[in-house]
Amino acid sequence: MTDTLTPVLTAHWDQPDIFTIDGYRRAGGWQALPKALGMSRDEVITVVRNAGLRGRGGAGFATGVKWNFLPKGDNKPHFLVVNADESEPGACKDVPLMMANPHLLIEGAAIASYAIGAGHAFIYVRGEVLHVIRRLRNAVQEARAAGYLGQNVLGSGFDVEVIIHAGAGAYICGEETALLDSLEGKRGLPRNKPPFPAVAGVYALPTNVNNVESIAVVPSIVLNGADWFGDLGTEKSKGFGIFNLSGHVSTPGTYESPLGITLRELLELSGGIRGGRRLKFWTAGGSSAGILTDQHLDVPLDFESVAAAGSQLGTRSVQIFDDTTCVVGAVLRWTQFYQHESCGKCTPCREGTFWLVRILDRLEHGDGTEEDVEKLLDICDNINGRAFCALGDSATPPITSAVRYFTDEFIQHHKEGGCPFDAAASTVWSET
Amino acid sequence: MSFSDEVLARLDADAAQIIALYPRARSALLPLLHLVQSEEGYVSEDGIEYCAAKLGLTEADVTGVVSFYTMYKRRPVGEYHVGVCTNTVCGVLGGNQILAELHDHLGVGDDETTPDGRVSLEHLECNAACVYAPVMMVNWEFFDNMTPDSARQLADDLRAGNPVTPTRGPERLVTWREAARILAGFNDDQATQGPAAGPADLVGLKIAKEHGWTAPEPGSAGNHRAGDHAKESR
Repeated sequence: MTDTLTPVLTAHWDQPDIFTIDGYRRAGGWQALPKALGMSRDEVITVVRNAGLRGRGGAGFATGVKWNFLPKGDNKPHFLVVNADESEPGACKDVPLMMANPHLLIEGAAIASYAIGAGHAFIYVRGEVLHVIRRLRNAVQEARAAGYLGQNVLGSGFDVEVIIHAGAGAYICGEETALLDSLEGKRGLPRNKPPFPAVAGVYALPTNVNNVESIAVVPSIVLNGADWFGDLGTEKSKGFGIFNLSGHVSTPGTYESPLGITLRELLELSGGIRGGRRLKFWTAGGSSAGILTDQHLDVPLDFESVAAAGSQLGTRSVQIFDDTTCVVGAVLRWTQFYQHESCGKCTPCREGTFWLVRILDRLEHGDGTEEDVEKLLDICDNINGRAFCALGDSATPPITSAVRYFTDEFIQHHKEGGCPFDAAASTVWSET
Repeated sequence: MSFSDEVLARLDADAAQIIALYPRARSALLPLLHLVQSEEGYVSEDGIEYCAAKLGLTEADVTGVVSFYTMYKRRPVGEYHVGVCTNTVCGVLGGNQILAELHDHLGVGDDETTPDGRVSLEHLECNAACVYAPVMMVNWEFFDNMTPDSARQLADDLRAGNPVTPTRGPERLVTWREAARILAGFNDDQATQGPAAGPADLVGLKIAKEHGWTAPEPGSAGNHRAGDHAKESR
């Protein structure tokens, strides 16, 4: 039977020098690239496709299939872009991975570049993580000096340059086409699709955009084989992934397990809800996935099961809130985030998030009405599916799910003329 | 343009290195904006004019880009720019209280700077460190598991010029301008300092090691978890 936790990406984070090339090599690193270079490009794509790896950035699209979309023999430059703009509320898997083990990502990027015929790999990392940027850039310099990057990699004839590109603060740049515009030195606005990046990505040339974790897992798949990866996880959600448990748990932290672990299992590992309190609501995949409740403790955290429960696996960002937390206030704060991060390109998202914040704010402060709850749902209905990109849609699940599970609490704010919760009771230091 | 010849020469040398990295020059705009911010502490009209001239863009085009991204500041900020995450997890766990108390303690509002120019304050959206909530950032370095007391102490130390070490970061906290230079593409010598990971990042790994849990060896098959696997897997 598979073990409950299966550290692979996180396996060496406790090695103090794992972020250096020597430390990484001591941990078995930089062995997958030579193996991949001994295979044909199609063979590398095939092993990733057969592994059943699905994108770890939230959407869950099959990575190997995506790689295969890039044209072959077109004699145009191809590009790999690693989406390292991790900004989803609750998500903290890619940033620690890059800080601890940047060589793992860069080795994966080199292999992926080889597979799709890319001569440049951009790692678009959010700007607000200075030490991660230092570590990535240092790792690129070390890897280049060792012949793993640059011209004629390990004598194979393959050339690749990896460029660490720091963003400048914009959640929307995690949307892959907005990221591409940003990488081209523009405002980060999403593009119409089609054409998809595989046809017209950065500089309107064939481009593959993958999440950090999707790329970082590639070396282990190349080394251990498609079956090794595909035998873990569930039938349709294969492999393992990083889960972040934050909020009102006794031991917040990072756990790497096969997909399909449950919140009940994760809570057992993390010592349960803090102070013996009761679980009130949680997210399975960041705020954009909406909330779940204590009815969902045994939902397997895989793509299909979480979707069947009305949420999304997303970025496996498990944010836990106990019974001291006001759900209206929590959702208001998320909605303020979506309003702030709306790029303004399309009306449903730009105007819709503005009004959602106004209405949630008056509800939270007891100035709303019961009709306001209906109005929230109506506005959500006018955003979801009508926004230009997924960010607009993402603003609605926190609200619709909160109303679904906690309608009474919205009404209670109205009846009591204010928030019935004491914010001080939710803080870390309230217990001491 | 009011940059001195000496500043221009320095900027030109750096800009040439940045632009050379990219297949197309305009991709260098975000790094160049970080570069001019490192020179002046914010993106001035001169900085915009400089970037536009370097890349053959209009100043309006560059201004449009600057205004889109929150990390570019259009007026000076403190030598130490302090951010308090108030997105839901951090806010609920105490970030809201920390921000309110820092406003009082420093006597500045959101996006304002202390009169001595040392510290500016803003609220942040999620900075990808939720397992360390409540989180603060200073010049984009992590300060984890903060409390109102530790936040006030940090602010006092920054104002007094006392040495401050990020929780997961280098030994020496860099200044705002030094940080912008790293963002532009030029590392300092601190990449190998600090821990690989913080304690919360190692929680799962530690438990796995205690139980002897690992990923399977290659070649051992049949590990699928069934739909109702939850109990039988241990």
